[in-house]
Amino acid sequence: MEGKIIGISGSVVTVSGLEDPMMNNIVFIGEKELVGEIVKIEGRNAIIQVYEDTSGLKVGEKAVDSKEPLSVELGPGLIGSIFDGIQRPLDKILSKEGTFISSGIKINSLDREKKWHFKPKAEEGKAVEPGEEIGEVKETSLIKHKVIVPINKKGIIKKIAEEGDYTVEDTIAVLEDDKKTEEIKLMTKWPVRTARPVKEKLSPTVPLLTGQRAIDTMFPVAMGGTAAVPGPFGSGKTVIQHQLAKWSDADVIVYVGCGERGNEMTEILTTFPELKDPKSGKPLMDRTILIANTSNMPVAAREASIYTGITLAEYYRDMGYSVAVMADSTSRWAEALRELSGRLEEMPGEEGYPAYLGRRVGEFYERAGRARILSGKIGAATIIGAVSPPGGDISEPVSQNTLRVTRVFWALDASLANARHFPSINWLNSYSLYTDELDQWYRKNIAEDWPELRDKSMATLQKEAEINEIVQLVGYDALPESDKLILDVARMLREDYLQQNAFDEIDTYASVSKQYRMLKIINQVFDAEKAALERNVPIEKIQSVQVKPKIARLRYTKEEEIDAKIKEIEKDIEEIKKTNVEK
Amino acid sequence: MEEIEYRTIERVTNVLLFVKDVKNAGYNEQVEIELETGKKVSGQVLATNEDVTIIQVFGETTGMNTQTTKVRFKGTTFKMPVSMDMVGRVFDGLGRPRDGGIPIFSDEKMDINGSPINPYAREEPSEFVQTGISSIDCMNTLVRGQKLPIFSGSGLAHNKLAAQIVKQAKILAEKQNFYVVFGGIGINSEDANFFVNEFQNSGALERSVIFLNLAAEPSMERVILPRLALTAAEYLAYEKNAHVMVILTDMTNYAEALREISAARDEVPGRRGYPGYMYTDLAGLFERAGKVKGKEGSVTQLPILTMPSDDITHPIPDLTGYITEGQVVLSRALDKSGIYPGVDVLLSLSRLMNQGIGKDSTREDHRSVSDQLYAAYAKGKELRSLTEIVGEDALSKIDKQYLHFAEEFETRFIKQGFNEDRSINETLDLGWELLSSIDKSEMKRIKPEFIEKYGKWKQI
Repeated sequence: MEGKIIGISGSVVTVSGLEDPMMNNIVFIGEKELVGEIVKIEGRNAIIQVYEDTSGLKVGEKAVDSKEPLSVELGPGLIGSIFDGIQRPLDKILSKEGTFISSGIKINSLDREKKWHFKPKAEEGKAVEPGEEIGEVKETSLIKHKVIVPINKKGIIKKIAEEGDYTVEDTIAVLEDDKKTEEIKLMTKWPVRTARPVKEKLSPTVPLLTGQRAIDTMFPVAMGGTAAVPGPFGSGKTVIQHQLAKWSDADVIVYVGCGERGNEMTEILTTFPELKDPKSGKPLMDRTILIANTSNMPVAAREASIYTGITLAEYYRDMGYSVAVMADSTSRWAEALRELSGRLEEMPGEEGYPAYLGRRVGEFYERAGRARILSGKIGAATIIGAVSPPGGDISEPVSQNTLRVTRVFWALDASLANARHFPSINWLNSYSLYTDELDQWYRKNIAEDWPELRDKSMATLQKEAEINEIVQLVGYDALPESDKLILDVARMLREDYLQQNAFDEIDTYASVSKQYRMLKIINQVFDAEKAALERNVPIEKIQSVQVKPKIARLRYTKEEEIDAKIKEIEKDIEEIKKTNVEK
Repeated sequence: MEEIEYRTIERVTNVLLFVKDVKNAGYNEQVEIELETGKKVSGQVLATNEDVTIIQVFGETTGMNTQTTKVRFKGTTFKMPVSMDMVGRVFDGLGRPRDGGIPIFSDEKMDINGSPINPYAREEPSEFVQTGISSIDCMNTLVRGQKLPIFSGSGLAHNKLAAQIVKQAKILAEKQNFYVVFGGIGINSEDANFFVNEFQNSGALERSVIFLNLAAEPSMERVILPRLALTAAEYLAYEKNAHVMVILTDMTNYAEALREISAARDEVPGRRGYPGYMYTDLAGLFERAGKVKGKEGSVTQLPILTMPSDDITHPIPDLTGYITEGQVVLSRALDKSGIYPGVDVLLSLSRLMNQGIGKDSTREDHRSVSDQLYAAYAKGKELRSLTEIVGEDALSKIDKQYLHFAEEFETRFIKQGFNEDRSINETLDLGWELLSSIDKSEMKRIKPEFIEKYGKWKQI
């Protein structure tokens, strides 16, 4: 039965006369059939949050219940696409509607015409369980799309399509379960607010390598882990998110631009197709899904965008892939939540945010994880969420609720950013709770002494902070030589190691083995200089060996040339070792 | 469109009207309110349900009552007639002529709220705009289609700076289709006159559309004014293929007006009483900057805001900074020491700089010079505060060079005359000259080949 609009306040619309309205069902509002979701039911009235601009909508217009919750379409064709917050394809909207997005656009998320080359991977007569792989579609040059039995279906394969080209709506298999037959297509649907099930969550043991020294070395995030990146504006949150989307070694990247700048999404759209994945040499766009709900797009769809993002990520995780979700910025999502809550006239909690903010943040990050998926394989979804605290002060509710549930904290620092130290990850405040779990991996796969080198470098940086306080009081000249040496080495660590230029062709990405070599050689220089100092060689003399400019160039040295350069520096270290008091 | 008239006003506050039993009011629908005296005021539907419709009045509610005041619903959202006749004209905060001329008549009407640009339709802004100001061109480069606000404080030279940018940016762009849209939001008449005079002197006036709402005029118009200005800009950019620079000043007054409406509606306030949706609202304005595929024109925004008590963490600059592509921050300390334009280079930022600089647009060494100047100035300033404690003598030779550099950088690079228009080559060369007072070995951010090619170190 059709309902009727009885009230409009911004994006919140009250409808009466719907037959048995259910929470979170989608309702089409007004003559234009704007998409909305039921967020509250009061007696016979349903309160609906509308995902599109409601300007011009009138009291008295119709409302039709779809009887389905807000869902996304899952199937081949997701990778390489750009969607809005409720999964409408923005490229198709452009060709249909022109430059601007108007209200009431209806376009399928997945292309219904396009044919995909399907290869069956299971035989007729086989009993299959939910999540089991029955076929494969080559989606892009990088991703083989595993066709899995939908999560609510199982049975014996009665029929499976032969290898060939099919649209997402063609039936590619028929299952029989208890005399009931079920058709399986390349496309399925899943409600975004429900986490997709896994067999069990596993503890993370493998790092998500990002090619960023400050992250991989100092504050690593695990594959399937969670990380928060809070920072004031201009501190480089978005650049870090872009860097991770470009260089991290996940199989699939889901980038959610949530309430941020339109031009930033354009930047990704223009640069990613040209960039090559360091492992495979294929275009990065071939593993990337973009979700763009920019700050001027409807606020309710912004709230939905991060759920859309994580659901797509879970879908690829369920094929056994490692997926990384970048959400930039979760603060905008929380603000959307606050705005909608205000319009619903709910009792506000801290700073006007709804009382359920903490729960929602927790639920979102809990959808990350390394897991044994239904097919028994292992998949992972990592979430990296940017937070934009007002004035950079992280005592506010969104930052605090996020820090409670995430295990890595990259504290971006305005003063570092102002000194153009990028990435502006503050090494004194940041932390990663994964270091212990990942140490074993680093020992086994990179070098036995990796954790020690890291701890030693970190200690040098800590010490530097202490010495600097003394310098403020007595001046540099009054310092003992040993302290001067520490300042010197700490400067190398900061400027030549932690700093990394995202816009330099070479420096933008450093493999873990390059990182290890760089860190090791800096510490070798430190040891040699310290030993010389203990032999009472004057510091000027030690530093007359011109090793520092060479170390500074390592950042810009190509991976294949790094060994040669390290050898040169090792010779200098020998020089330092030979210095003595006499001459 | 049929217009329905109501006389069922139930409640009047200083900015809102509550009208009973309105049939089929549309959200954001435009209304006209007629007073007993015959005076007409416009307004907009803020919320509506079967019992009561809330109307935001653009202007004062003085003289309105529940008995004789009439409300007419226009059946459409707020639309503005647009044509090339707007150019060279001055309008008020609701788009009515304030220069004595006739109103704009046109069949083409555009919704003043605009529609969001499809992110997929955007083109990455990458065309360098030479403002002739070193601290902007070299350090915080402006590109076409960018939104780069000026964060200022009361009494600082932001108006002068904005006028200089318009004047100098215009020169190179003259051959192209270049227009200025100026929105004066709650500014005083002296500031308004300053801009009009400056535009006149530089010849920009005949290529501009001006919207003015003075400090004494209704604050509610301030919420509409930037939307009109941006609608005019979009018309020129996307229908007439023009490059449009939009100056909006003072956005702080805009935010104040927003807060006033929010308070009148009894909304739950966010930080410092500003509404929780201020981010979304501001974004709805600032995101209207840009360049789109298939159209030649562009909208570049230079909003100006004064930071209350120079506090950059105040909600207005804070939220703005999260939306805009960088910011140019003016410093009171520089201003006090007689440096115009007192751009605080360390706090300023242009996020789109990388796309607009380099070999094909400015010069290959631009990024390196900018980074090195930045690092050197940051170091010099840090040392400056250190010497206040330990004295200059305690510094090493290199540190003294940095200290000296910072001084020179402020007085020669940042400081320039109101009529001094530096080309990007002049600016970069000046940068090299200043850098050469520091040891060459300190130039960690510059590629060696650029030092060879452009460096000004004396051969020893």
